Amino acid sequence: MKPTETPESTSLFQESWRTFKKNRMAWFSFTFLVGLTVFAIMGKIVTHSVASFDPSAIRLADKFIPPLTTYEDKGDGQGLSPVFGVYWLGTDDLGRDVLSRMLEGTSVSLTVGIVAVGISLIVGIGMGGLAGYYGRKKLLFITVDTLIMRIVDIMLCFPAFFLILTVVALLPPNIYNIMIVIGLTGWMGTARFVRAEFLALREQDFVLAARSQAIPEWRIIFIHMVPNAMAPVLVSAVIGVATAILTESSLSFLGFGVQPPDATWGNILSDGKQFIFDAPWITFIPGFSILVVVLAFNLCGEGLREAFNPRLRRQR
Amino acid sequence: MLRFIFNSVGQRVVLLIFISFISHAIIHLAPGEPSLVDPSNPRLKPEDIQKIRSAFHLDDPLHVQYFYWARDLISGDLKSFKDNQPVLAKIWERFLNSFPLFLVATILTWTLAFPLGVRSALTQGSVFDKVSTFMSYALISIPGFFLSYICIIVMVKQFHFPVIGMKTFGLENAGTMVSIMDRLEHIALPAFMSAMGGIAILSRYVRSQMLETLNQDYIRTARAKGLSEDTVVYHHGLRNALLPFITLFGLMIPGLIGGSVIFETIFAWPGMGRLGYEAILSRDFPIILTLNFFAAALALVGTLISDILYAVVDPRIKL
Repeated sequence: MKPTETPESTSLFQESWRTFKKNRMAWFSFTFLVGLTVFAIMGKIVTHSVASFDPSAIRLADKFIPPLTTYEDKGDGQGLSPVFGVYWLGTDDLGRDVLSRMLEGTSVSLTVGIVAVGISLIVGIGMGGLAGYYGRKKLLFITVDTLIMRIVDIMLCFPAFFLILTVVALLPPNIYNIMIVIGLTGWMGTARFVRAEFLALREQDFVLAARSQAIPEWRIIFIHMVPNAMAPVLVSAVIGVATAILTESSLSFLGFGVQPPDATWGNILSDGKQFIFDAPWITFIPGFSILVVVLAFNLCGEGLREAFNPRLRRQR
Repeated sequence: MLRFIFNSVGQRVVLLIFISFISHAIIHLAPGEPSLVDPSNPRLKPEDIQKIRSAFHLDDPLHVQYFYWARDLISGDLKSFKDNQPVLAKIWERFLNSFPLFLVATILTWTLAFPLGVRSALTQGSVFDKVSTFMSYALISIPGFFLSYICIIVMVKQFHFPVIGMKTFGLENAGTMVSIMDRLEHIALPAFMSAMGGIAILSRYVRSQMLETLNQDYIRTARAKGLSEDTVVYHHGLRNALLPFITLFGLMIPGLIGGSVIFETIFAWPGMGRLGYEAILSRDFPIILTLNFFAAALALVGTLISDILYAVVDPRIKL
């Protein structure tokens, strides 16, 4: 009754996935990031619903308390005990619990990174796809491809951080503007990758087959071609999240980042820097958190790059 | 060759004009104006605001404002909104401060990244390779200003090393040697901090480029001929691995303006990045626009230089 044994077929994706798992650092980073996402969601829920986690609860009597100090009720009516009665990560200049601010900041920082990269992916895939697929169409006197690639060149000539700074400083500072600006200044790499992939894919037989079946063009582009062009895009997206988190923290440092009372790791860090001698933990905790998370994103991205690129794989 | 240079210069000039259109439009269309910087000032009456606006041509249509900006830039009497000083002189003065910092940082980057990268490629998989790989990822991942603060604390507390500004206050009458040493001490930390990211990225590139070259057939041939390992690695390997870095060298030139905002702010270094930051805070449009323009021009010059150098160095590329 058993069908004849055939060797288990592995798709390209499975093979890449296996290589990725073998890279211990990258796999560890990946699981860490998955854990962090869960942590961020929990943090979001907890800081909004549980009173003792309230990140904006100000206890002026308890400012600059070092980490791991037990809470004492002074009976001054401000009594709002932190979790389990211990300031696990200390308090800041207004007596706010650094642990709950970090918890709130986790989700905000990750959201800034992910949404910014999402925006740059949408624009990048759109522009790159247009240039790659409709590249030969003529608009008046130049081709679509030339037009789009010249736009990419122009965007690349702006000093990125200076442009972000200019726009963020002129716009009203809120979290959405920051995400949009970071996203809109970071799509050029994606557009180039997607265009290059599309130029190669356009000539492949499966696209010709799809076209011969009169499948609508948007379906060919989005169902047949985009998934095949995703590998380099995914790599640059993962590394892009890391860059976006760093950019947000740099903006916070200059005072243009996400504004209080919203906490992000970047603005906890830059608020803490004035008290670096008296209360080093306010600076060091967010600083090292950013380091670890960005490092995880970078290592994960490198692992993916290696897994998707057979040429690099053979070298090991 | 000449034709190629001529063509690409032409293309880049057109690109530069487009860039100046766009940056002009972005800056003027975004909300926020020089007249709105200090809204709580009680002495600022509506008619004063009107006077300011008309003095800066802010009521004219965009293309007319662009024309005024371009005319003043070319004739050289573009004035800052803030203090009515000529913009070009201001930028030049700041450039003279930024340039040494950029130069030292670039030298540090290139002299440290290459030995690191080559060595970790030659000892692939060793402890040195693993540690340097991990360190360079860590250096890319740490926020630059956070690392700088740690270094400042260590340097100031342990070594009483001067870290802020360009020179020690009150040393104007000191001898030449003393003031040169003073300048060097002040430049060391900022330059090293701004070089950090570059060292990390560049040494990774060098490593992968070197690995790829060492796997080539001509390296095997060279080994088979019985050449010494040094000749194989440095003469046949490294020389060929160097090619792509010529492109990178050109691409680093725009870092002169854009990459330095954070570090110049931390170390109170009066350079161009800080000038831009201050101009943004006070909505000083002429300075923002001109700096943006120069930054774009530098980026274009950088790509041009790298194209030309590439053609000069690599005989396989014909222009």
